[in-house]
Amino acid sequence: MDTLERKTTNPSVAEGATLFVEMNGIVKRFPGVLANDHVDFVLRHGEIHALLGENGAGKSTLMNVLAGLYRPESGTILVKGKVVNFSSPRDAIKAGIGMIHQHFMLVPSQTVTENILLGLDKPRFRLQLNEYDHIVADLSERFGLKVEPRAKVWQLSVGEQQRVEILKMLYRGTDILIMDEPTAVLAPQEIEDLFKTLRAMVAEGKSIIFISHKLHEVMAIADRVTVLRKGKVTAAGLDARKTTLQELARQMVGREVIFHLDKKLNTPGEIVLEVEDVCAENDKGLQALNGLSLDVRAGEIVGLAGVAGNGQRELAQVITGLRRCTDGCVILNGEVICNRSALVGIQRGVSHIPEDRTGVGTAPDLSVTDNVIMKQYRRPPIAQHGMLNMQVATKFANELKESYDIIVPNVETPVRLLSGGNLQRVILAREISGQPSLMVAVQPTRGLDVGAIEGVHRLLLSQRESGAAILLISEELEELLSLSDRVYVIYEGRIMGEVKIGAGGSSPEMIDTVGLMMTGTPLEQIRKGEAERNV
Amino acid sequence: MKEPPRWYPAAVSLGAIMVALVLGGILIAFAGGDPFRSYAHIAKASFGNLGVLSDTIVKATPILLTSLACSIAFRMKLWNIGAEGQFIMGAFGAGAIVLTPILPADTSPWIFIPVMMLAGILMGAIWGFFPGFLKARFNVNEIISTLMMNYIAISWVNFFIFAVWTEGGFQMSPKFPENAWLPRLLDYAKTIPIFSGLTTHLGLLIGIVAAIVLWIVIYRSRWGYEIRLIGDNPRAAQYAGINITRNTVLVMMLSGALAGLGGMSEITGMVHRLQTTPLAAGYGFTGIIVAWLAKLNPLVAILVSILFGALLLAGREIQPSGVPKMIQGIILVCLIASDFLMRYRVRIVRAGEEA
Ligand SMILES: Nc1ncnc2c1ncn2[C@@H]1O[C@H](COP(=O)(O)OP(=O)(O)O)[C@@H](O)[C@H]1O
Ligand SMILES: [Mg+2]
Repeated sequence: MDTLERKTTNPSVAEGATLFVEMNGIVKRFPGVLANDHVDFVLRHGEIHALLGENGAGKSTLMNVLAGLYRPESGTILVKGKVVNFSSPRDAIKAGIGMIHQHFMLVPSQTVTENILLGLDKPRFRLQLNEYDHIVADLSERFGLKVEPRAKVWQLSVGEQQRVEILKMLYRGTDILIMDEPTAVLAPQEIEDLFKTLRAMVAEGKSIIFISHKLHEVMAIADRVTVLRKGKVTAAGLDARKTTLQELARQMVGREVIFHLDKKLNTPGEIVLEVEDVCAENDKGLQALNGLSLDVRAGEIVGLAGVAGNGQRELAQVITGLRRCTDGCVILNGEVICNRSALVGIQRGVSHIPEDRTGVGTAPDLSVTDNVIMKQYRRPPIAQHGMLNMQVATKFANELKESYDIIVPNVETPVRLLSGGNLQRVILAREISGQPSLMVAVQPTRGLDVGAIEGVHRLLLSQRESGAAILLISEELEELLSLSDRVYVIYEGRIMGEVKIGAGGSSPEMIDTVGLMMTGTPLEQIRKGEAERNV
Repeated sequence: MKEPPRWYPAAVSLGAIMVALVLGGILIAFAGGDPFRSYAHIAKASFGNLGVLSDTIVKATPILLTSLACSIAFRMKLWNIGAEGQFIMGAFGAGAIVLTPILPADTSPWIFIPVMMLAGILMGAIWGFFPGFLKARFNVNEIISTLMMNYIAISWVNFFIFAVWTEGGFQMSPKFPENAWLPRLLDYAKTIPIFSGLTTHLGLLIGIVAAIVLWIVIYRSRWGYEIRLIGDNPRAAQYAGINITRNTVLVMMLSGALAGLGGMSEITGMVHRLQTTPLAAGYGFTGIIVAWLAKLNPLVAILVSILFGALLLAGREIQPSGVPKMIQGIILVCLIASDFLMRYRVRIVRAGEEA
């Protein structure tokens, strides 16, 4: 039998290191996506290993495979040297693997201790809760997990609930803890506390897999880093001390050949959109935008680059009237449009390609016709004396179907049956047909195949030529750099700087600069650093 | 994913009703009855001749209006289960015109009936407004609030018929003057003899017109479009600039108004006096079932209401009269269960195989 010190063919693992987990060639497919494409992953004894990647990179999927929730289509998993074949999370826990999901799985009406004991064989009949309260208290003491054993879960903050989840795993004797984006729900101080706990756990010989898409956190906590991009490993087990933010950023967002688009030279016109010192909160009531300013002129595409979750979504919502700003203002063609309503934006010619195509951009059970008139149904010729002229609407829908190549048997089909690319064409058709003066496009190509992406790009460029101001919010750096005339970089709700892209397109230096800004270095600092080096 | 063919939902619903009838038959057999004879009897008792057909339609009329009330609210995913109370308040509003009296007893029916209709609509709309407003403003669960308001409505009307408009201490108001009755077929028996004894009243026409208008509103008007959009995806509706708060209140008022119109039609077409027992007969709740069965389509609701009218009527004929109620219940359970088949595709996975 293999010993714990077995050697591996994986070059990222130093010879002789004790391996806790070894995943080889994991393939996991979902309808239409290859979430994990022959992924290798190696976890050592006593390390914090970060799994880094953008949204949708396949991080959660990979870890769900490890935690016994999903079965891979192919690939092998070894835990502590033994081949395992989990068919449920229970098996994984028996092998010492516990996962804390993005959504907690606690019973709100029960106490902390009760939640921790839930589902265990012991205690059998009589709950000697007092005794167990002590055990829980000791455990939380040991790992710095402040939480009151007798508190009911519903009384706890999100951070405390997370601690309960960790305690649950510790109580079950987990020595491999997977945490799926644990910091997403935490306040800065809580993140510090969490990191202390993680270090305490590692000191006791446990290993931790820390999923994140936030680079600075990864640099702060991880010993090694594995980067996933579009289901594939782009960097395996990098030593966190020997790598840099730029390097990680590059692995995460990719640096593929920048494709050439037929982008005509365009002199931008008047300022259409001005965002001035805007502050706003996210859904959890945390500050998402911190005095953000930018402007967009007619006939230009302005890109907004940044790692997901740095305020992009909130910015798009503030501009389109779907979110209140707590400070600052948004001006469209000289008129203040923030904190009014989505309708005001629509009437003033703001079009919006939302990030969430099915959740926000369309009504799934309604027909293609009903979906394309969403912004036009209030006006003639579709609206007539409070009624809808269905003939006009159907004709309109058919015209859009033709000119935007929406592949669908007829316009009465409910849009939930459309593929991602077709659905996006429905949204684009609707948003462009209103001849917008400003277009806010959020992740317009996410999840589309290459052909569909090209179509979207061509449409955006033709909008630019016809004089619309376009704010393109995307996590795809190549896309931003090839389409945009200028690129702003957002980080924690602030603009880190702006990069102009001339006629020559983007350069590798530009990418490095943007990458640095994406990880929180302001442009002035980068420039200063360069100046010093050149002296 | 493949879309099931168009006939699929209808077939599943029909299948559910068949299953319900079979289950009902088994229960009847257990109770010592003969299921075939019972069903034949129900059919004969409800559709057997012109007289019972008319009675079926009379029963169907209030159900039709309450089911329209439910279907418009459900369309926006507002779970108004207070059609019962709104119905009773509509009857109260219509009754108040006669009993207060707001109009003298010798007013022409041409004035009486429209005024009573308006009063019924108004009271129903008010009864829908409160839960709608609470939902829109404070996010109060409308299921709870509409349910509670049913009891308030009954108590409210009880107070008036006990204390204010009582007829000689009985729990009912005096009979309305005939000017305030909706015209019935039997009123024309002199010219058309075949109508003699038929109590089908103008309420049927009111219900059908309401159904047609509602259909046009839902599928052909700007407002209906907004309602459909909110019902299907509220976040998309918000994104399209639609005011959900306002529509919540308006749709609850429309829903209440339709139920209120139903109450008015029942009291002026059938009961002819204010009295809680025949009014609080569960029409509001049957309306929920019918709306569901009709897949929230107002025109289909006309047919389904008549079916349920027949079931109710049959209750008069069969002993024990609980049987049709029980069948109704079974139909509802089967339909809800069949909804599962509409939403999900059933795939049989053998043990060991991966899903
Ligand atoms: N249960 C699922 N069913 C279908 N597709 C899924 C499912 N879970 C994840 N996916 C898809 O797999 C890809 C990877 O998702 P995920 O592992 O959640 O990414 P990450 O955690 O890195 O953000 C995405 O394209 C996602 O849409
Ligand atoms: Mg994830």
